[in-house]
Amino acid sequence: MKKLINDPDDVVDEMLDGMTTAHPDRLRRLPDTQVLVREDAPVDGKVAIVTGGGSGHEPTHAGYIGDGMLDGAAAGGVFSSPTADEFEELIAACDGGEGVLCVIKNYEGDVMNFETAIELAEMEGATVESVVVDDDVAVEDSLYTSGRRGVCGTILVHKAAGAKAATGADLSEVKRVAEKTVDNVATMGMALTSCVTPEKGEPTFDLGDDEIELGIGIHGEPGTERTDVMSADDVTAELTESVLADLDIDAGQEVVTIVNGMGGTPQMELFVVNRKLQELLGDHELAVHDAWVGDYMTSLDMAGVSITVCAVDDELKELFDATADTPALGVQ
Amino acid sequence: MSGEGEAVVAAVEAVAERIESERDHLTDLDSAIGDADHGGNMARGWAKAVDAARDIEDPDPETVAKTVGKTLMSEVGGASGPLFGGSLVFAGAELADGVTPETVVAFAETYLAKVEDRGDARLGDGTMVDALTPAVHTFKKSIEVDDLDPLSALAKAVDAAERGVAFTVPIRARKGRASYLGWRSVGHQDPGATSTLFILEEVLEVAADRLDGEVPETDATSPTIPDDAEVEDVEADGAGSDGPAPEGSE
Repeated sequence: MKKLINDPDDVVDEMLDGMTTAHPDRLRRLPDTQVLVREDAPVDGKVAIVTGGGSGHEPTHAGYIGDGMLDGAAAGGVFSSPTADEFEELIAACDGGEGVLCVIKNYEGDVMNFETAIELAEMEGATVESVVVDDDVAVEDSLYTSGRRGVCGTILVHKAAGAKAATGADLSEVKRVAEKTVDNVATMGMALTSCVTPEKGEPTFDLGDDEIELGIGIHGEPGTERTDVMSADDVTAELTESVLADLDIDAGQEVVTIVNGMGGTPQMELFVVNRKLQELLGDHELAVHDAWVGDYMTSLDMAGVSITVCAVDDELKELFDATADTPALGVQ
Repeated sequence: MSGEGEAVVAAVEAVAERIESERDHLTDLDSAIGDADHGGNMARGWAKAVDAARDIEDPDPETVAKTVGKTLMSEVGGASGPLFGGSLVFAGAELADGVTPETVVAFAETYLAKVEDRGDARLGDGTMVDALTPAVHTFKKSIEVDDLDPLSALAKAVDAAERGVAFTVPIRARKGRASYLGWRSVGHQDPGATSTLFILEEVLEVAADRLDGEVPETDATSPTIPDDAEVEDVEADGAGSDGPAPEGSE
C-alpha cells in the first residue's frame, strides 16, 4: 500500500516536528519527548487541560492545543498509548499552579499509563484530576479496552473543559463540566474501508468491496455488525438511532452534533450524512444548537464516519460556543 | 548499604538475561491470547533497565528499584510498562532503609497492591496477579508467622508463584488482553504471570548467591507448568498446602 512516509519508525516523530514548524507561535515540543504543549505553557492562574493517546487520529490530540481547549498532549506510537513518563512530563510542563485535568480516552494502555503518571505527579506535589471518556455506544470490551471505548465525543470534553478553565474556574468546576459532557455524549461510527497502519502497510482488517462495518472502533477494532453496503441515509439512520437510544433524551432537548470523518472520507459525503442526521433529529423533535462537520478524530486513512450527539443545557451551550483558537478548531 | 545496592543491580542483570533468553517463549504465550509483543517489549525494557542501573553511582536499593521501574515504564510501553515498571517505582520507596526481611515484605505488598489497583485485577482473573499474590502472601507468612530465614521464604514464594502461573491455565481470564477472548482464554498460560515468575526465580538465584546459600528445596507440590499450555495437562490444584494462612498474617 502506498504511503507518504519515510520510515514507519519515524512517522510520529516527523509528524510532530511538522506540526510545530507549521504552528511555531502556538505549539512547542518538549525536548526528547513526543509531547506538544502550548507555546506559552504553563499558563499561570489557569487549570491546565491535558490529554494524549496513540497517534493516527489527527488532528486529535495536538491539533486542539490552544486558547480555550488543551494546554498540551502526549503522542504515542501509531495506535499505541504514550508511556507514563511522557504523560508525567506533559503534566509537569502544563501545570500553572491551579491544577491539571487529564482527559483520558477509555483504552487500557491510556488509562494505566495516565494513572501511573498522575500518581507520580501527585507525589511531586501536583494537584491532578482526571476524567475518562467512554462515548462509543457500539460495543463493550473490545480489542483495546474493557467497557466502552472513548472516541469523537472526547473533542467536546476538551472544548467544555478548556472553555471552563479559560474563565478562571477552579479544578473541581472544570472537572465537573468535563464529567457533565461525558455523561451527555454518545457516538457511533462505521467503516467503508480499513485503515492501513504505516508499520503493517496493509489493511488492519478485511472488508469486502461490497461490505461495511457498523460500530467500528478508531483503531479498526471490530464493531457490532458487518453488512452489505447501505445508502448514506440508511447508514446515518442506523448510527443515529443507536446513539439516541443510548442517550435516552426527551423531545425538545437541545443537542450539539458532530459528523466526523474517519480520515479517508470526502467532505461531500460527510455533508450528505449531516443532512440526513439533521432530518432525523427533527423527526425526534430534538433542537439542534450546533452541528459540526469535519475530520475531528480520524483513524489514519479509513473511509467512514462517526456520529456524535451531545445533549446540552445552557451551561454546556455556553462552553461549546466560547471562543477557541487552536490549529484544528477555531470558534470566534 | 552499597553492597545491597550492588546486589539489586546484580538481580536486575540476571532478570534481563533471563527475560532475553525467554523472549520467544513469552512471545509465543502472548500470541495465543494477545498481540505477541510481551517478549520483545519486556526484553527491550529490561535491557535498558540494566544500562540505567549500571549507570547509578554508588547504588542503593531504593534508587536502583526506582530507576529500573522508571526505565521499564518508559521502555516497555502498553499496559506492561505501568504494571511492571510503575509498580516498581512505588514499591521501591519501601527499600529506603535497605533490604531486610521486613522491608522486602513491605516492598512486595506495595508492589502487589499497585499492580492490583492499576490493572483493576484480583486473584483469579487470569493475570500476573495470580503469580504475585501467592508469592507475596507466602513470603509474608514465611517471614512473619513461620519465622523462616529469608532465602527459604523466598524459595517458598517462588514455588507459590509457579503454582499461580499454572492456575492461570485452566481458568477464564477476566482482566487484561486475554479477557477479550472470553471462554477461549481457558487453556492458555498468562504471559505476564509467566514473566513475573521468571523475575522471582532470578531474584531467588541472586539472593542465594549473595547470601552464600543453596537455594533451599521446598516440599514442592506444584503441578508442572505445561510446555504447550494445554489445559488437559494441568492438575486443577490451585490451592496448595503452602497457601496463605489467613490467621495471624496481618
